[in-house]
Amino acid sequence: MTKKQKKMLIRILVTAALLIGLHFVPEDGPLQGIPLFLMYLVPYGIIGYDILRKAWKGIRNRQVFDENFLMAVATVGALAIGLLKTGDYVEAVAVMLFYQIGELFQSYAVGKSRRNISELMDIRPDYANIERDGQLERVDPDEVETGSLIVVNPGEKIPIDGIVESGNAVLNTGALTGESMPREVRNGDEVVSGCINMSGVLRIRTTREFGESTVSKILDLVENASNRKSRSENFISRFAKYYTPAVVFGALALAVIPPLFDGQWGEWIYRALTFLVISCPCALVISIPLSFFAGIGGAGKAGILVKGSNYLEALSKTGIMVFDKTGTLTRGEFEVTAIHHSPLAEEELLEYAALAEASSSHPIAVSIRKAHGKALDLSRVTDVAETGGCGVTVRIDGRDVAAGNDRLMEKLGIAYRACHRTGTIVHMAIDGEYAGHIVISDVDKPTAKEAVEALKANGVRQTVMLTGDGKAVAEETAARLGIDRVYSGLLPADKVSRVEELLESKQGKEILAFAGDGINDAPVLSRADLGIAMGALGSDAAIEAADIVLMDDNPLKIAKAIRIARKCMRIVYENIVFAIGIKAVCLLLSALGLANMGLAIFADVGVMIIAVLNAIRALFPGKERGAQHGKGTPAASA
Amino acid sequence: MKKTYKIEVDCANCANKMEEAAKKAAGVADATVNFMTQKMIVVFEDGADAAAVMQDVVSRCKKVEEDCEIYL
Repeated sequence: MTKKQKKMLIRILVTAALLIGLHFVPEDGPLQGIPLFLMYLVPYGIIGYDILRKAWKGIRNRQVFDENFLMAVATVGALAIGLLKTGDYVEAVAVMLFYQIGELFQSYAVGKSRRNISELMDIRPDYANIERDGQLERVDPDEVETGSLIVVNPGEKIPIDGIVESGNAVLNTGALTGESMPREVRNGDEVVSGCINMSGVLRIRTTREFGESTVSKILDLVENASNRKSRSENFISRFAKYYTPAVVFGALALAVIPPLFDGQWGEWIYRALTFLVISCPCALVISIPLSFFAGIGGAGKAGILVKGSNYLEALSKTGIMVFDKTGTLTRGEFEVTAIHHSPLAEEELLEYAALAEASSSHPIAVSIRKAHGKALDLSRVTDVAETGGCGVTVRIDGRDVAAGNDRLMEKLGIAYRACHRTGTIVHMAIDGEYAGHIVISDVDKPTAKEAVEALKANGVRQTVMLTGDGKAVAEETAARLGIDRVYSGLLPADKVSRVEELLESKQGKEILAFAGDGINDAPVLSRADLGIAMGALGSDAAIEAADIVLMDDNPLKIAKAIRIARKCMRIVYENIVFAIGIKAVCLLLSALGLANMGLAIFADVGVMIIAVLNAIRALFPGKERGAQHGKGTPAASA
Repeated sequence: MKKTYKIEVDCANCANKMEEAAKKAAGVADATVNFMTQKMIVVFEDGADAAAVMQDVVSRCKKVEEDCEIYL
């Protein structure tokens, strides 16, 4: 509780005590009339003085019709009725008391939820250990200059981006990606701030300042995301602007017109006042931004950075999901996936191939060497002759070995076997005889298929894949992953045109989202309605270009993001309907004289608290639907 | 030029009113009030004196919402 809140709590308790005490003063006793009135004025004053002062200031500033004015008039009116007629002052004080209790609840509830949500994303490291003259000094991370040497012990958070100078460790990237995927790092590796060192002491040379480090950037992003207002929020603001004067006039009419017919001024004025108290749009105006704040916070915790409330809103309406292939749905790394028609054992063929390609840095050579996996004795290799665009011929252990594509085989006059599989084929020939071929292809990400299924289960109407790869590979991949449409052989500019075509084909209000790795896809990211960059751990360019950033490169996260967005929007609509619904009913009741001030205060404060509690639900991603359970839902605690 | 100020405001409706009032001040190109993070972001017009403009913004805001605070 803040100081202001604590003060209010004391005032409430004192007033309640006084009211209870005064209750025991006998009505027929010596203290009647004016003295009794004065005694009740004490608790009234204690609990109501700031409302009265604000009402007065409001009138002076020409902002007459606000809650304070209403409360003041209502309670002063009740006191007057008590003085002149009934001698009962309890209602006046009680109304003011309950109003203040309600306001305190509201302030506390909103403050607490705001704090909880902010703390969810509290990944900020508090200190850094600088190594100076062999001594470790604990300092504020802000003070660490670029190029300093910092030490991160097991259990500590890496405070600043840098490169490992010495030490091996396993890092927990959970704070950034929402999943505790361990990452091994050693000498020379780049590390990103926010990760927790799980084992082993690391000495890191910083490459940036604290304010420019990944963790600070992410925190800024999430915190400022709620500056970009969604359409719902803008709607509510506009609604409140027109609604308030409308309601004031309605109340005025209620207070003035009927009494002209039946002369019951007191009754109708009372009804008009309850009408005004009920009508306060607080519940709506507070709960909608809070829902988005919670949604963005919950997403951030799961490693999904949403840069604006409007993007969260758009995400919930995603109808067309466009993927880039390489690096997004596939690993973007080439791997040996098969060896066919070889008279030799696979291991042996691979060994020959690896030796033949030993000196090449081509990705294909790299993948062959990786598949072989063992040390290569280069002394066995002689007479290396590379033919551009075809392959390489060498002598290994005195034998002629050729490794290359169709063209190389044709040149050497060796009959080769084509492959029914798509991918890059490396034919092998030993001593002039065909020795089979090695198939190298880009491998799907392990969760790619599941991701596409999950998207479909979450309302995405159409999935599209764009790639620069050839038609055969592209179509095979699309079929394997369950993608509805594929466009292959695309140059970067073609990708933008395809997205434009797809934008034309949108149905209704649906959103077209594009997911790519951010660096090469900047134009497409900006052309799509919603740009999602994946695998952005540490990539500034991606964080800049996209509207939504997935900190790890798991495509399953896209479905999770959509789920969070849809839940958030559902809660927003629930709150709007609930708040307006209850208020409409209560307004009617009050106009008909069936509502008292107590109900009015419930309709104002009670509804607001319920809406706030409902809004906090947006923090949690909710149950998985459709696809199998992915890599864990974060257990966020409110 | 854009500057962010920490603010204190109790109710979301008042935050909206502050935003409207700030936008009307001379020298302010755009203003956003974020109730959730209790921050006000002001984009100043070219050549505007931030300090002077903010004085105007504060007095306008106080008129619509007595209880608000803007920490300059």
